[in-house]
Amino acid sequence: MADDHHHHHHHDAPRLADPELRVRALESLLTEKGLVDPAALDAIIDVYETRIGPHNGARVVARAWADPEFRRRLLRNATAAIAELGFEGSQGEHMTVLENTPEVHNMVVCTLCSCYPWPTLGLPPVWYKAPSYRSRAVADPRGVLAEFGVRLPDDVEVRVWDSSAEMRYLVLPARPPGTDGMDEAALAGLVTRDAMIGVDIVRAPGTERDG
Amino acid sequence: MNGVHDLGGMHGFPELGYEHDEPVFHHAWERRCFALNFCADALGRWNLDTWRHAVERMDPVEYLRTSYYEHWLHAMETLLIEQGLLTREELEARLGGDSTPAAPAPGQPAALAASEVEAALFRGEPACRDVERPARFRPGEVVRTANIHPAGHTRLPRYARARRGIVRADRGVHLFPDRRAAGEDEAAERLYNVEFGASELWGDEAPPRDTVRLDLWESYLEPE
Repeated sequence: MADDHHHHHHHDAPRLADPELRVRALESLLTEKGLVDPAALDAIIDVYETRIGPHNGARVVARAWADPEFRRRLLRNATAAIAELGFEGSQGEHMTVLENTPEVHNMVVCTLCSCYPWPTLGLPPVWYKAPSYRSRAVADPRGVLAEFGVRLPDDVEVRVWDSSAEMRYLVLPARPPGTDGMDEAALAGLVTRDAMIGVDIVRAPGTERDG
Repeated sequence: MNGVHDLGGMHGFPELGYEHDEPVFHHAWERRCFALNFCADALGRWNLDTWRHAVERMDPVEYLRTSYYEHWLHAMETLLIEQGLLTREELEARLGGDSTPAAPAPGQPAALAASEVEAALFRGEPACRDVERPARFRPGEVVRTANIHPAGHTRLPRYARARRGIVRADRGVHLFPDRRAAGEDEAAERLYNVEFGASELWGDEAPPRDTVRLDLWESYLEPE
């Protein structure tokens, strides 16, 4: 019994080893070989932890709400319009903006992996990458929306976009009522990551979802 | 391939696992893994589709048991070893505590320099190709997806095979993952956005107005 146990845990090592140890081993080996510049690793991490995130997408949405000309450019050629704000590059090469209307609610998923518009939303949250969302979003989007506290009438089309190619999607949520006097910065503060994925709506100030 | 990664429509994963105020990375090793992957990709020895296929080739039980960045780690190890840039023995020795400095592989590419990171990130890698290729389908046309089950990489999910849809947009010519994952770096085909009724995919119980959109390459589609 003890031998069986021992054998079971070692026959396929090191693939199942602790990822922390494996990453450390890989980084040291690749650095020694000259395949990785450790300063490049730090530079990459800095960009994704401090400069790229859903605050970028929120600025795009707020500008589209505040500036009808920008909104038109955004819906016609999203990649170029988003680049006007300086957001471009890896995983945002082919952007399409999906406008929510009283008739259509858009929602984005990647069932095959976890494609996501990095320059505008940053790296995806764990739930977006996990099997539950990826399996359910295409087959039961209204069930997923209900978990986010969103219930849409039956006559609204729920349109799910499965990111099967290199097209990347950003949802332009409806501007909530009671925000007429707000400037772009204040509007951007209302926009959530989840609303830009399409699993939530943007709520009017003072009516945010609990928790 | 009909792999476990192809999750659309599967049942039995009840927890959404929503986390409030989620950090970009949960562990220091995820940070390093993410950045190492970027640098490893930049060596130019594989493309994004080869990489995705390396994730898909994971043991299916292991795939479901491990996290996103463990998938990345697995793909990176697999491809570095397959490309001869690293050996399984070197990796096992280092994990076993051997600190003998590793030697470069013969003819290995140069590392991405820290000074090049910014440009590489903000340039990205566009997948469209400006080549003349006649369009077989037009927006508004009814099509049916192929009933294919390739053992290799494909971006036609199982739930959308042999289904009737309507072409909604012509995306132009894009790199074609099925052939690219097999090493044809510049294989390209016309790409279309196709709309499917939820009831076409999931049966009569599905809400009648709801739809699913996929971006599909020309060889996935047949005229209806």
